Amino acid sequence: MTYILKPKLRHPALPVNKLGFTHRDYEGTVSTLCAGCGHDSISSAIIQACFELAIEPHRVAKLSGIGCSSKTPTYFLGQSHGFNSVHGRMPSVLTGANMANKDLIYMGVSGDGDTASIGLGQFVHCVRRGVNMVYICENNGVYGLTKGQFSATADRGSKSKGGASNMDTALDLASMALLVGASFVGRSFSGDKEQMVPLIMAAIRHPGPCFIDIVSPCVAFNNHAGSTKAYDFVRAHNEAVNRLDIMEPRDPITVEYAPGTTEEAALHDGSTLRLAKLDANYDPNDRIMAMAYLQATAARGELVTGLIYMDKTATDLHANLNTVDAPLNTLVEKDLCPGNKALEAFNASHR
Amino acid sequence: MSASIRAINDFVVKFANVNGSGSASANEMFARSLLRMGVPVASRNIFPSNIQGLPTWYEVRVSGQGWLGRRGGVDLMVAMNPQTWDKDVASVDPGGYLFYDSSRPIPQSKFRGDINVIRMPLTEICNAAYSDPRQRQLFKNIIYIGALTELLGIDIAVLETLIGEQYKSKQALIAPNHQALHMGHDYARDNLSGQCGLRVEKSDAVRDRIFVNGNEAAALGCVYGGATVAAWYPITPSTSVAESFAKHCKKYRVDPVTGKNRFAIIQAEDEISAIGAVVGAGWNGARAFTATSGPGISLMQEFLGLAYFADIPIVLIDVQRGGPSTGMPTRTQQADLVLAAYASHGDTKHVMLFPQDPKELFEFAAQAFDLAERLQTPIFVMEDLDIGMNEWLCEPFTWNDERKYDRGKIMTAEDLDAGKSFGRYLDVDGDAIPYRTLPGVHPSKGAYFTRGSSHDKMAKYTEEGDAYQEVMQRLLRKFETAKSYVPVPVIKQAKEKTRFGAIYFGSTAPAMNEAMAALEEQGLYLDTLRIRAFPFADLVTDFINQHDQIFLVEQNRDAQMRMLLVNECGIDPARFISVLNYDGTPITARFINQAIAERMTMKSREAAE
Repeated sequence: MTYILKPKLRHPALPVNKLGFTHRDYEGTVSTLCAGCGHDSISSAIIQACFELAIEPHRVAKLSGIGCSSKTPTYFLGQSHGFNSVHGRMPSVLTGANMANKDLIYMGVSGDGDTASIGLGQFVHCVRRGVNMVYICENNGVYGLTKGQFSATADRGSKSKGGASNMDTALDLASMALLVGASFVGRSFSGDKEQMVPLIMAAIRHPGPCFIDIVSPCVAFNNHAGSTKAYDFVRAHNEAVNRLDIMEPRDPITVEYAPGTTEEAALHDGSTLRLAKLDANYDPNDRIMAMAYLQATAARGELVTGLIYMDKTATDLHANLNTVDAPLNTLVEKDLCPGNKALEAFNASHR
Repeated sequence: MSASIRAINDFVVKFANVNGSGSASANEMFARSLLRMGVPVASRNIFPSNIQGLPTWYEVRVSGQGWLGRRGGVDLMVAMNPQTWDKDVASVDPGGYLFYDSSRPIPQSKFRGDINVIRMPLTEICNAAYSDPRQRQLFKNIIYIGALTELLGIDIAVLETLIGEQYKSKQALIAPNHQALHMGHDYARDNLSGQCGLRVEKSDAVRDRIFVNGNEAAALGCVYGGATVAAWYPITPSTSVAESFAKHCKKYRVDPVTGKNRFAIIQAEDEISAIGAVVGAGWNGARAFTATSGPGISLMQEFLGLAYFADIPIVLIDVQRGGPSTGMPTRTQQADLVLAAYASHGDTKHVMLFPQDPKELFEFAAQAFDLAERLQTPIFVMEDLDIGMNEWLCEPFTWNDERKYDRGKIMTAEDLDAGKSFGRYLDVDGDAIPYRTLPGVHPSKGAYFTRGSSHDKMAKYTEEGDAYQEVMQRLLRKFETAKSYVPVPVIKQAKEKTRFGAIYFGSTAPAMNEAMAALEEQGLYLDTLRIRAFPFADLVTDFINQHDQIFLVEQNRDAQMRMLLVNECGIDPARFISVLNYDGTPITARFINQAIAERMTMKSREAAE
């Protein structure tokens, strides 16, 4: 944890993106999390993803629940409105915010206590409702702020810092997101920024409910031998199924892959998502297969990461609700109020 | 035998039926037929939490004078439910009338000697005319309505018209319904003539008033008030608010060119999620509401604390029912006052509005959105099942087309570019209402972080006691500011100077009006004050201080309004005499009249001694 304020000065040679923003324009205040916390790496990946996509920072709304992970939205995108809501209830607040204004990018940041325990219902229903959002769960298997209790994503048999064994079955949030209709599901590891950044970028560009489960070790309470969410354990069991690249329309192709091992998908803003298949048999467009694959690999003790699933035809809640193109929060009296004449007709029909 | 009751345009008819037997629409048609004859009626459903089989009652107060509350007592009982026979027979006023299906013999011991019995073999008539069991059941209702037209002198042509309107889209049903109506009418004409002393005579007392239920009025108020986001969870008795909002939005809020909706409604997975979505939408600049009942408000507590503490505009329509716990879902009460007033842990106070009828509910629902955005806080519209789920005769709704929504203090990109400084919780204008910005407003100015954790006036997280207290004090001052925006109380002076006052609110109003008139006839004078909002206007405190004794009429057990008045206005509890009705049925004029008359006479005697 650091108390040093960020200097306002910036190096004149800092690289800028196509909107002229530097990396610094996407930062927030200094993190108050523990040094080495995986969550800070995720914040950094979010900053990088937004910088790379040249998103106007103020067009993002960042929402969270309660917990260590939910504190992080203060540490990125300082020019965005943020909402640190109620424990486990970020999904409903995000849903309502999205209903009010469909034009912003909604980023929901949550943790495993927030998402898998108190907020499991809201997580599931928000996803199944098709809210266009990037929902990131910073998953460390442990309650950090209350000092080390198991969370619902802790694997059965894993050990707490004090040596107790968790005898409850773990909830796998990526599987659950698939089951309830997420149109984009990714999983990553906070120690792998190269994998996180393009995943987050692709999710931002995806017009539907996106869920990314990011295993993010807790250095204070869950980074010991016997934990399946510790840095060493995750590094040893991480099995990436693919690598993503987001290519802007005129980007030169810098990485070459052997023929037949890549797949490209056009994103709706004109950029292209290129997927390098590390497991040649894995097809991230097949939801049923993805669900089976997650179960099979989990049974082998592997942690599958990468793009788990993407529905290229995804739509969202606003499409389902058939809302007008203008954000609802911009409508005025003449759009909304039927007026006295309509009321007279109403009166007449009630006599 | 008491003298038979004889009355013109002033009596109570109560129908005792079995839920799910199709009686509801027939009975409602009966009530409407009186309105069409220009005679004011107040109808109330007393129904079970059940779809089929349990007892249900429909009470029609006929009042040429225009009293629209429950009077109390029954002059004519239409006893169609054997399950509740004893209770129904017992409830008839001496000299009143019992109309029943005499197809099966009922032992003499099951009757009373002091009421008139009108026998009609309904089942026999039905079975002779119809072979289909469902038809037998449905037409039985129409047949007894037909008989009532004859017994009470209702113009049968009016009922024929109503049937025609009801089955406008199912023309084939009109003729058989007319036939059933006449079957009942003709039987009564030939066999029951002169047996009922209650008569309906044409009048013009209804004027241009409308007959509408409160939940529909609330929903329409939300449409007119500019609500674009609704999130709700089904719960009796509020469900029809959300359903009616959807119905009116489909009618009035679909873009005629694109066919797209200028509204978004979600049925949430629970009340917590419903209020969460409303908080998110309110934060993001949409006018948003939820409709619920007491159990829902209980579940929403945590979010209500957040909305209060973070200054977020939201609207809640609370259709109160009998509590605590699941309580009486299909019965009415005014028992959520304390729950709503101080909702959430920690120190909170919330604005509440108390409409007296569907007309005021329409207005308050629309106004609630202005208040929410002006005051940046939750606004509770406190209706109840009596107003919400019954059709009330009330003044027609009106809207001033010049009216603009009060969007409150929102700082725009232009304001920010013009150099106005922004601090989310700064009290710039001295009214304790801060300026807010909406997400996405400006590339480099106006962003802030909303949180339920303690924050300073710049919205920054803080654990500094002074900074926290400054915010809490501002919220208290803001509640004071609210007094100047909410609807003022309605005061009526008695004809003679009196040391007695009476305070009431919400759906108690019509019964209260009748009770006050009756007390005046007995020479008992009271000034009255109808509370329309919390926080209480200073007028409320003044009114209490101007009287030695205040009768406080409420529909809950614990005198919750009294708690609020004692607490918020610093009033000696001994000044209040509570008149409490909380059995789940709407309060009656007779009950209020009796309670106040007894106490006033006693107090006057004490004073004299």
